[in-house]
Amino acid sequence: MDLSALASQLLVGLSRAMILFIVSAGLSFVLGVLRVPNVFHGSLYMIGAFVAFTIAAWAGEPALGLALAIAAAPLVVALVGLVVERTLLSHLYQREHLMLILFTFGVMLILNDVVKLVWGADYRSILPPAALQGMASAFGLALPRYNALLLGAGPVVAVAMWLFTHRTRVGTIARAAAVDREMVGVLGIDVSRVFALAFVVGCYLAGLGGALVAPTTSISLGMDHTIIIEAFLIVTIGGLGNIWGALVGSLLFGVTQSVGLLVWPQFAVVFPYLATVIVLLARPTGLLRSVW
Amino acid sequence: MTVPVRRPARASAGAAVALLAALALFPVVGPAFAVYVLALILVTGLLALSLNLVLGYGGLYQFHHAVFYGVGAYTLAVAVTRGGWPAWLGFLAGPLAAALAGLLIGWFCVRLTRLYFGMLQISLGSLLWIVVLRWYPVTGGDNGIHDIPLPAVLQSVVGAYYLILAVVALSAGVLYLIVRSPFGITLQAIRDNAQRCQTVGVDVRAHQIGAIVIAAFFAGTAGVLYVALERSVFPNLLFWVLSLEIFVMCLLGGWFTFAGPMLGAALMVALRTVIGRYTDLWTMFVGIILILLIFFMPEGVAGTALARLRARGAGAGGRG
Repeated sequence: MDLSALASQLLVGLSRAMILFIVSAGLSFVLGVLRVPNVFHGSLYMIGAFVAFTIAAWAGEPALGLALAIAAAPLVVALVGLVVERTLLSHLYQREHLMLILFTFGVMLILNDVVKLVWGADYRSILPPAALQGMASAFGLALPRYNALLLGAGPVVAVAMWLFTHRTRVGTIARAAAVDREMVGVLGIDVSRVFALAFVVGCYLAGLGGALVAPTTSISLGMDHTIIIEAFLIVTIGGLGNIWGALVGSLLFGVTQSVGLLVWPQFAVVFPYLATVIVLLARPTGLLRSVW
Repeated sequence: MTVPVRRPARASAGAAVALLAALALFPVVGPAFAVYVLALILVTGLLALSLNLVLGYGGLYQFHHAVFYGVGAYTLAVAVTRGGWPAWLGFLAGPLAAALAGLLIGWFCVRLTRLYFGMLQISLGSLLWIVVLRWYPVTGGDNGIHDIPLPAVLQSVVGAYYLILAVVALSAGVLYLIVRSPFGITLQAIRDNAQRCQTVGVDVRAHQIGAIVIAAFFAGTAGVLYVALERSVFPNLLFWVLSLEIFVMCLLGGWFTFAGPMLGAALMVALRTVIGRYTDLWTMFVGIILILLIFFMPEGVAGTALARLRARGAGAGGRG
């Protein structure tokens, strides 16, 4: 195994970490502001991928199709999130975590069957446009072009989330509500609307992750099961509600998995979980400060 | 959380004996398929009862209880098919292996609290799940292990049913005694106020680990009984989705009552069997029922029924 192959493998791991980051940043944001551990976040990711498939297939032309899919699929997912939040979830904020987890699990069960009804149990895939197929190489490192695109997408989302939470009024209010929702309410701000917006932003990120991952994987029922566990673990080792923690956790996940692929391919998936266990034992409340 | 009410012991003992007699006579009159469903209900019910020891009575976020169920089932399957062990030894080894897994996972988890406890348990449990999923030579990977050779008595559904009924009844009885024992009372005290218990000299972590080990043992027992009924194992037995389903059973039945989880398991298995006949979209119905429950019956079916009874009793007393 030569060094450049190792570095290329790491880069692929990093690009996968970017998907994990986008998804878990959404989960973390919802967990931080609303205190809701959203189990159907993974279903939203899956729906994002399926909607992206439908849009890309409808558009026909690959480049246009992919661009439309990545632009529109997350919005569809955000709409699903908005409907669930306004009709059901918004009535449950006073309940304890266990009830919220079970509620979101119930929504997950329903959404899974909705996906089965709409798209069926077949595997689907999106063909990336010619410009994004094949390998990109720089500094002697080879990387699939689409993965290079993903490497860029992660930081863009991170910066966008930072601008949203620190440079917009509503984002600042959302951060304040994460710390003390009663006080925010006392100041005369409609906390319920802030929650709805924060939830929709979280769902949007799940959909974005799903749309972005779609061209690299086979889109199928069950793709929500792995991502949601990984996202939850990432959020926990990063520090609940801390978006930068989600970034650190995702990088740890992606890197340990690609190292695992080199060391012991059959059990590569074990490595991120092992890393999680070690982090949780060493720093039980996560690597970065939790907002809880 | 509230302390479970003490009903008159004699009445519940009588009800338990009557139920047991009815269950023992059922295969004589019931069709084979109904016997099979009933056996599945008993196995799943024991699994839910064992979870409730740590969840309802211990107040611990036991998010990945299915792992112990899977460890029990796989231990028996692997011991018999790969190790060539006699079946009875495998039946003993399953629960013990599950208890050992409980000791290991519990020892790590009790260092953390609430959501962090649950998350650490999910990561440790997922580790085991992946090992089962990938270790083809031993576990059969995602195919699982099928046609596990078991004694002739267990080849028929009725034979398996009687083994399951006997073991589940015994296990439920032992669990009931544990809940009412000084250990069980202390466990509930820890659930209600861990800090105060610590202050008066109770070893909180030891009690929590003890409860996890006991719960894991009975989950493993349910696991080997599942093998007795189905004669096959597959990785979904220790997947996190099953863990949440057991959680739902406890909620459905009511986790502040001893028998609630058993009732929840019965409702869930029955629903799945009935709805599954008409549509393969049965999980959607489970989801809808779960959400309705959270909105309208947060104490579960048994909990709500008990509350009604109590309210009626109190009302009658007030009028009289």
